[in-house]
Amino acid sequence: MSDTTIPLIAADGTPLKRKLAQSLMRSRARAFGLALPLLAFILVLFVYPIANFLTQAFYDARFATLMPGTTEVLKDWDAVSAPTEEMAAALVADLVVSKKEKTIGKVATRVNREMSGTRSLFTKTARSAKKLEAPYMEALIKKDKDWSDIEVWQAMKTASRVYTPAYLAAAVDLKMLADGSIVRQDEDRRIHVILFWRTLEISFLVTIFCFILGYPVAYMLSTLPARKSNLLLILVLLPFWTSLLVRTTAWIAMLQAQGVLNDLFVVFGLASDDDRFSLIYNKTGTLIAMTHILLPFMILPLYSVMKTIPPSYVRAAKSMGATNWTAFWRVYFPQSVPGIGAGALLVFILAIGYYITPALVGGQDGQMISNFIDFHMRKSLNWNLAAAMGLVMLVFVLFMFWIYDRIVGIDNMKLG
Amino acid sequence: MALDYTNNAFVRFDRVQKSYDGESLVVKDLNLDIPKGEFLTMLGPSGSGKTTCLMMLAGFETATHGEILLDGVSINNIPPHKRGIGMVFQNYALFPHMTVAENLLFPLEVRNMGKSEREAKVKRALDMVEMGDFGGRRPAQLSGGQQQRIALARALVFEPELVLMDEPLGALDKQLREKMQFEITRLAHNLGITVVYVTHDQTEALTMSDRVAVFNDGVIQQIDAPDVLYEQPKNSFVAQFIGENNTLEGVLEDIKDGVALVKLDNGDVIDAKPVNVSAKGDRTRVSIRPERVEFRKDRLKKGAHLLNAEVLEVIYMGDILRTRLNVAGNSEFIVKTRNAPDQTRLNAGEIIEIGWQPEDCRALDA
Repeated sequence: MSDTTIPLIAADGTPLKRKLAQSLMRSRARAFGLALPLLAFILVLFVYPIANFLTQAFYDARFATLMPGTTEVLKDWDAVSAPTEEMAAALVADLVVSKKEKTIGKVATRVNREMSGTRSLFTKTARSAKKLEAPYMEALIKKDKDWSDIEVWQAMKTASRVYTPAYLAAAVDLKMLADGSIVRQDEDRRIHVILFWRTLEISFLVTIFCFILGYPVAYMLSTLPARKSNLLLILVLLPFWTSLLVRTTAWIAMLQAQGVLNDLFVVFGLASDDDRFSLIYNKTGTLIAMTHILLPFMILPLYSVMKTIPPSYVRAAKSMGATNWTAFWRVYFPQSVPGIGAGALLVFILAIGYYITPALVGGQDGQMISNFIDFHMRKSLNWNLAAAMGLVMLVFVLFMFWIYDRIVGIDNMKLG
Repeated sequence: MALDYTNNAFVRFDRVQKSYDGESLVVKDLNLDIPKGEFLTMLGPSGSGKTTCLMMLAGFETATHGEILLDGVSINNIPPHKRGIGMVFQNYALFPHMTVAENLLFPLEVRNMGKSEREAKVKRALDMVEMGDFGGRRPAQLSGGQQQRIALARALVFEPELVLMDEPLGALDKQLREKMQFEITRLAHNLGITVVYVTHDQTEALTMSDRVAVFNDGVIQQIDAPDVLYEQPKNSFVAQFIGENNTLEGVLEDIKDGVALVKLDNGDVIDAKPVNVSAKGDRTRVSIRPERVEFRKDRLKKGAHLLNAEVLEVIYMGDILRTRLNVAGNSEFIVKTRNAPDQTRLNAGEIIEIGWQPEDCRALDA
């Protein structure tokens, strides 16, 4: 069998491999056909919008399309020497068009992102651009002396790039200069990296807390007789049937300064009435509420894995002389690792993108990255930065998967 | 090996009772002495209490009442890991995340044994079950029979004096099972260990054991050597449970010179050996093994009572012939005859006369 080099031939003379592929073809096609609606659904409504949105993290053609002449001229400028008359002429021409087509607002917003305070410079100049005459540079400076500031022109050059690393840089507290070099953001404006770290820290702590609280519960569920364990499982699942919002607001009632928990502390003398614990609208609140909400995601995979570990393993270990602890640690625990892996990964990844709970109970220092993405989506309307932050998150989560795969092995994960 | 049944029992169950729910007893007043070096099998249908007894001995269940002694010491309050009893589980319970060698090292590591000693013992144990080359494999890479051997080696590697086996061969096919039956007995006798073996397979019990304890309903029905158990069952449960058996029901007419005269329900009278019937008029169930039924008059004693029987079916099984008869209203009466050249072949529909030696026919409780 091993020393045949001639490919095997089917009865009708075709190579066996091709014959096999042919015979499997139809059943594969049928299976694919069944999966097709879902695939189409996911592609159209999930993959495409997300991919499209994420491209905004590094693709921004607004300035380039609205100010084509200026973009063309700025391309040849070295961003160091003085702005030329040619640049000024192109700018004035583009401003006239953008005023007429009412797109000047978009242009001004775009440049303002690179250099704050330039919005009015653009809108004001565009209003009277028609009347400006050559030499245009002088006319511009006469209109507003800010046009003599080279930084304005540098900002325009940066904004004119269609593919730009500027947003991604901004998402990690870096800044791209007009000459294309990337430097660290000014110290007082570095907020994103701290936020990423905090998001990681909160996710990590929530995962740990869920594990510490969930492991014994899952163990108990898996060892109880079916009737009792099913009842308790319903209690574990109960939170799933309640709205996330309700559960979060319930925690507000529990944890706030005049809330149930603080009242109890005061009653038992653990805190004085005028110096109550601040358990909510900070990181503590986020941690408590998120741990509670994500706990079932840890318990369920753990439970389903523990359910498959026969009690005879621990018994065997004990019969061989292992103490309860050794039997647990060397025999039971290693076999529950696939459940821990699945649960931890699930909780961690859900936590890292958590939004509503930190938004409601997080206060200032309990905010997470998703809250900032939301801020840029709805308040500052800087979708490019939102996309860049999202992309950084996505890459990071994929990186975590990779690490997990290296350490635990993705095929070692059991969800049930 | 001469076993000492009288004193110094190695394992002793002393009036042991077990209840799980506080309402019914799973094990009722169990008294059992197992001498050192004995291979004792607990045999019984499921739910008869045999596994519970084993688990109590291992320490995974606590006795509700009574005492279990190991080498003269009460072990009721000793946790399982301090009892030093080896155990082979039904599904082997080999740790899937460890290699075969690591599985065997485990009991030695928890005993803090030195490294070189550990490895020597593992090697010896693996060689003993002829699995010396498999130390690096994972249990999942082994066949059922190989896993069984490893489980056995693991239970023996720390040299326990008592080894418990809970239906260890249940998952193997027939051929492998027979091979392992032989190997387990050989190992047990060579090592001189005491084995308590639980099974519901009577063939296994008969072929492997020094003594077999037949359990039913939480009570040991009979405990005896296999041949005694088979040939001299003490009650109708044991007669039914061990081997194949024909029963006829009737009333005790008389006992004369150790032979009971039983009047069957259809009026025929037969001879039997009284076992647990005494008073005239008692209802009794007589039991006779299929291979002890004789239909050739020259082999029977003069004056033996004969019964008319109608041949219903002859089943050819190669080494033996199984003939189904209708005897005294029992149409499931089986006769087994060796397929020998001089054997008379019966044909369906024939009317014959059958009989037996009175000592082979046992009058038991109804």
